Amino acid sequence: MSDTHAASVPYVRDTMLPQNAPPSTAQGPVKWVRESLFSSIPYTILTLAALYVIYLILSGFLPWLLGGVWTTSNIRECREVLDGAQAGCFSVLTERWNQLLFGIAYPQDGYWRPTAAFVLLFVAVAPVLFGNLPRWLILFTVLYPFIAFWLIWGGSLFVPLSALLAALIGYVIYSRIVKKSFAGAFFAGLLAGGVAWVVFSFITPQLSGVLALEPVASRNMGGFMLNMILGVICVSLSLPLGILLALGRQSSLPIIKLICVVFIEFIRGVPLITLLFVANVVLAYFLPPGTNFDLILRVIIMITMFASAYIAEVIRGGLAALPRGQYEAADSLGLDYAQAMRLIILPQALKISIPGIVNVAVGLFKDTTLVSIISMFDLVGMIRGPILASTDWNGVYWELWGFAALLFFVVCYGISQYSQWLERQLQTDHH
Amino acid sequence: MNKSVFFGALTVAGLAAGAAAASTLDDVKARGKLNCGVTTGLAGFAAPNANGEWEGFDVAVCRAVAAAVLGDPNAVEFVPTTGKTRFTALASGEIDFLARNTTWTFSRDVDLKFDFIGVNYYDGQGFMVPKELGVSSAKDLDGATVCIQTGTTTELNLADFFRNNNISYEPVPVETNAEGQQQYLAGACDTYTTDASGLAATRATFENPGEHIILPEIISKEPLGPLVRHGDNDWGDVTRWVLYALIAAEELGVTSANVEEMTTNTTNPEVARLLGTEGTLGEMLGLEADFAKKAIASQGNYGEIFAKNIGEETPIGLARGLNAQWTDGGLMYAPPFR
Repeated sequence: MSDTHAASVPYVRDTMLPQNAPPSTAQGPVKWVRESLFSSIPYTILTLAALYVIYLILSGFLPWLLGGVWTTSNIRECREVLDGAQAGCFSVLTERWNQLLFGIAYPQDGYWRPTAAFVLLFVAVAPVLFGNLPRWLILFTVLYPFIAFWLIWGGSLFVPLSALLAALIGYVIYSRIVKKSFAGAFFAGLLAGGVAWVVFSFITPQLSGVLALEPVASRNMGGFMLNMILGVICVSLSLPLGILLALGRQSSLPIIKLICVVFIEFIRGVPLITLLFVANVVLAYFLPPGTNFDLILRVIIMITMFASAYIAEVIRGGLAALPRGQYEAADSLGLDYAQAMRLIILPQALKISIPGIVNVAVGLFKDTTLVSIISMFDLVGMIRGPILASTDWNGVYWELWGFAALLFFVVCYGISQYSQWLERQLQTDHH
Repeated sequence: MNKSVFFGALTVAGLAAGAAAASTLDDVKARGKLNCGVTTGLAGFAAPNANGEWEGFDVAVCRAVAAAVLGDPNAVEFVPTTGKTRFTALASGEIDFLARNTTWTFSRDVDLKFDFIGVNYYDGQGFMVPKELGVSSAKDLDGATVCIQTGTTTELNLADFFRNNNISYEPVPVETNAEGQQQYLAGACDTYTTDASGLAATRATFENPGEHIILPEIISKEPLGPLVRHGDNDWGDVTRWVLYALIAAEELGVTSANVEEMTTNTTNPEVARLLGTEGTLGEMLGLEADFAKKAIASQGNYGEIFAKNIGEETPIGLARGLNAQWTDGGLMYAPPFR
């Protein structure tokens, strides 16, 4: 027996073989290449064709990009330097970058001001966008509009300060009354703030030299800064307005409902460019001559109206998607309308609406380039007008438009990535 | 009720606008700045440079008016306007003066209620062809494909020209000048047609401008001039005579370089009247006696402005042609300063 056993020893393992790495053809990049690129004949053909196309594009694009000229002072010198070679003339960017970013008339020694406002913007929106940051940061968010206004437009610090004070007074009044009635408190707060603002506006002119930055008129705003100003202000204003409109459209009070429906349907039925022309051209006829109703303000109002009508419809979709039971649950808890909306309905409805809202926000940001048609020098207006019309740079298209596309892509892609992250954060279905 | 309120408001706005328009000169003086409408950018005529300062042929007229009225060529607020917004900007009082390569036509003068104060550039529609096509006259273009901007008067002029000469063509419609430029360079059409000054400016941006020629035929009249609102004749006179002062200065040999010297020791009585050492011409306009001198000193005479911005020494490279002085066979002709 034991003999047999002894004889069989060479053929029986008493230990496990150590694990071997899989063969090189079945792991890592080789496997990936074989399975996803060359798994069958048609795939192989497609892969080779795609590689060829990529090669064609890159072999044209990379020399153009890397061989570009950055230091000449006009297109004729560019052509001399390139001497017939196909490469970009990026000198236009190095010479006119300040106009592309800040417009033609913003004081050059003041470029740090919009830049600072831009950097602070991230600090200000962070507590709104990311829920896990300390809550006291929201205080800065509240202060940010006043700081940014002071930085970008300049003038005395007392102007935004008095606006802040007026807003504070309005808020205090509101919070005193809000326990009794939401609507009453809302309008009382608005009224108090307005009165305070009017009172302050008698005082601030006397303090115009105090703590003042060099004032910059609105018509001197331009470049990508103008797109950012319009985009940020209009998105942040149109969101609350859109929520109000969406709720108003569902209201049981016929007058409020009618006003909201008419507003939304009218605005959605009119192209944005028409509204901009109204802001620029038609209002100029109606306003008494000499009234200097700021063009940027007019444009902000129009774009905000336009965007809020669309956001209202997106949010209405979110409200409609909520099961009836949620409304009834809120009622059965004894919550009044404002509480039910704030605590139960809107958080859910807004979550559903995120993709739609982001869609509107991205579209709105790109639509800000339409102001170039009413002769404002935003990024696109800057390129189409002054830069391409100068004798120095007429004929440089790809470099300029590529730069504009890059700036817009970065912002829009950022917004879109944030919204996808937010959707993952708010996903509660699988719990 | 609502309607009457609406029209009431319109009337008030109109009256107020009329009241303000009745004294543009006083408004400008009180404001200390001239609001001047210009294009958003046209090579050689108006465009901001790298420092954001506006320069160009039309811009120089704005600055000359500001120098004459306010004594400072930089006291100008340039308001960029597009082809669509320019007329409302002027009519609504947003700008005092529009110098934006605008063609003087009957309906703009009469129906839109503007006053053209003169012509600072006589333009006309022309053709550009590649040299290798071997064409030397537009009449040789029988059967040619023509790149043409749609919806413009150039489209109609083109049809008229070819019908008059009994030859045929095939239009290639394009939307903008930039598109026309690209189509033409890509060989999508044999010839590109638009205003001759535009053709020259376009050609100047080509990599090899020498390979393209602009044919001698000019097939339409496009007198480009600055304009003001109808009904404020005092302001119209001021701007008109500033423009004529620039033109007359060239004829009389007054330049920005010698204007000081001419003021003190000229023997020509017309020069003396122009520069304000004799007579009361400035006073009649409600300006200082030396208004023309200030305009000329700051911008130069018409010929200098032309040469500096669009003349043959610049990349635009336009010849004087019709815009030469009448003494040189052109159309520039200032009425006497008397």
